[in-house]
Order: sequence, then C-alpha cells, then structure tokens
Amino acid sequence: MSETGTRRLRVHRFKRGDGGAHFDEFVVPAGPRTTVLDALRWIQLHADPSLALRHSCMHASCGTCGVQVDGQEELACVARLGDHRGDPVTVEPLANVPVLTDLVVDMADFFRRFGDRHPVLRASEAVAGAQPPDGLDRFVRLEDCIECGLCLSACPVAATSARYAGPAALSAAQRLLEEPRGADRDDVLAWAGRPEGAWRCHVGMECTRACPADALPAERIMALRRELGGREAGARP
Amino acid sequence: MSAAGTPGLPGAAERAAPGPVRHKGGAGGVRGWLDPRGRTIGGRSFALHRLTGVALVAYLYVHLGVLSLLLVGESAWSDFLGVVTSKGFLLFDVVLLFAVLFHGLNGIRVALVGSGYAVRHERALLWAVVAIGAPALAYGALHILGGL
Repeated sequence: MSETGTRRLRVHRFKRGDGGAHFDEFVVPAGPRTTVLDALRWIQLHADPSLALRHSCMHASCGTCGVQVDGQEELACVARLGDHRGDPVTVEPLANVPVLTDLVVDMADFFRRFGDRHPVLRASEAVAGAQPPDGLDRFVRLEDCIECGLCLSACPVAATSARYAGPAALSAAQRLLEEPRGADRDDVLAWAGRPEGAWRCHVGMECTRACPADALPAERIMALRRELGGREAGARP
Repeated sequence: MSAAGTPGLPGAAERAAPGPVRHKGGAGGVRGWLDPRGRTIGGRSFALHRLTGVALVAYLYVHLGVLSLLLVGESAWSDFLGVVTSKGFLLFDVVLLFAVLFHGLNGIRVALVGSGYAVRHERALLWAVVAIGAPALAYGALHILGGL
C-alpha cells in the first residue's frame, strides 16, 4: 500500500455471544490506490486481528468481499478509499442477509432464494466423474453474475420482504429462459411468477447500479415479467 | 460442514442461531427504503413513490372523515371550510398536489418499465415525470394559492 496519508475507518463489529453490534474506529494509512480491502487487511495485521472479513481473488472476480462502504454496495477489493468522502468511511456488511460476524454475512440465505428445481451447472462445466459438494445442485449459475449478493443488499424491496427472491435469483431464472439447457420453461416461469417472485420488484433499479459484473439484474427481471405477462395473457380464455 | 459447526463443540449453539439481519438505515425494514446513502435516483424515486403512496392512503381516510362533517350540519361544514381555506392549509393542498402528481406520473413510469416495455428508457422516463410534473405543480400551486 503506497502511503500518502491516513484515513479514518468506522467498521461494523459483531461477535456472536458477545453483546450487540457496534462500530470500531481505526486510522489506517492510505494512498491514492488504497482499496477498502487493503485498509481492512491492514487493520487485521496491525490493529485488531479479530476483525473478520471474507475475500479471495482480489480482482472483483470471486464476489466474496462485498460490503457497504458509506452505504454503497461495493466489492472491497476494487473499491478505492479515495472515492469515498466519508470521514470516517463507514464499512458495514451487506444488508438484507444475516450477519455471521463483523463484515461476514451468511450467503446461504442469499442462495436459498434461488429456485431449487432448476438445473445446476451448465453441461459444459460438468466434469465427468466429479463429485459435486453437497447441496450444489440447488444453485443456478447465471453467466456474468458472480453471486456476490450486492444486488440483494441494494434492493429496497428486500429491506421489507425477507421472502422476496431478489435480483440475482430472478436474473438467473431469466437467463434459464434465454438458454434453458434442459430446464422446463413453464416450471421456471411458475417459480418466477410467485408472489415473492418477479412481480415483487418495484423498479428501484438499484440492483443494476450495484452489480459489479454488469449482469443487468433489473433489466432481466423486467424481461422475466414481460414473459410472465405474455404467458398469463395467453392463458386467458 | 455447515456454518453452524459441529454440534457439541463450545459455542456451537450460538453459531447455529441465525445472525441478525441488517438493513440499510439500521434495523428497521422501512428505514431501508429511506436511507439515502449510496442510493441513485432510481432508489430515491422508489422511496418517494412509497412515501407519497402511504400519504395518499392516509389522506383518503382523512378526507372521508372530513366529509362526515356534512352529517353534523351546515355550520360545521362552513366552519371547516373557513379553516381549510387559510394560507397554511392551502400550502398543504400544494403538498397534496405534489403527491398526486408524482405518484401518478411515476406510477405510469413504473408500469411501463415494470412490464418490460421501456426498460432502457427508465431514466429518461423519470426526467419526463419531472418535465411534466414540475410545470403542472407550478400551475396548480399558483391556482391554489390565488396567483391565477
């Protein structure tokens, strides 16, 4: 981290069985290219090793380091501290999913929202003879989507509706309609047409703004609704 | 192994319990609509649409309650009219007009975008809401406040 000064960070803290959540403040060295993840790792190494966060690839590809920085969903590995004017800059876990500890959320709640009867990996991705991990067949993979959960955190509807499928799961369903790969279209549409499905969206468009992979989740939800509308119109006597 | 860890180990029960769900704006869900941090114009129009919707529903009930004054008699109604034609109440009418215009025009935008027909133009439609609504509000406000 090339240093030219310092920034103050206000970081969300939560440990199970250790009282409620609170914020701790840290002063970190920061330069023009310092990312939020750089700063958080500096805290881990030099100030508080108990700070829990999740990261992996360091280049916006794995989707594991999603956080809210001054209320805006970002991947910490590519979010530059210099782009945030907050003093201190507030770093929180993603919203609308359970917090496991500090900045780490339970992504099982994110994946729970995906349809559970839809196909899994694309045929081209399946390795013959490989033993997939338990439960993998519940997930639908959407090309481009890195399943980071930023869209669900940004979605205002998800703030008041825990059962809402959310942008990522609905986008994955729409992607299945584009390229079914053996999926039953009617089944996918029935899943998306549930009360907690595509019609629950209220066009806030925040998911598309938050998506770091430009997967256009809001646009995909609207395409899904158009399909649903056509199907329902066709079903009328 | 699940996130809950192995049963029987110290802290397993605590880890098995679901963690708190945080929402924008704090713990309360509705505050998640209104927290302005990190929101773009789409999210803010969503929040305003909800607020004006709730306000219009509340106004409907107030309006029905006010109309019941007619059952009390002509003098009660005349007294009421005396109050609501004061400048202060007329400003409330302007706020009401804003709520009606924004909720109605943005509702058309939401319907067009939400049914998949104008998704690429959602931002332009929002500016159209402003372009139509602002002059209509200005005209209505002048009319209500006696400028026209």
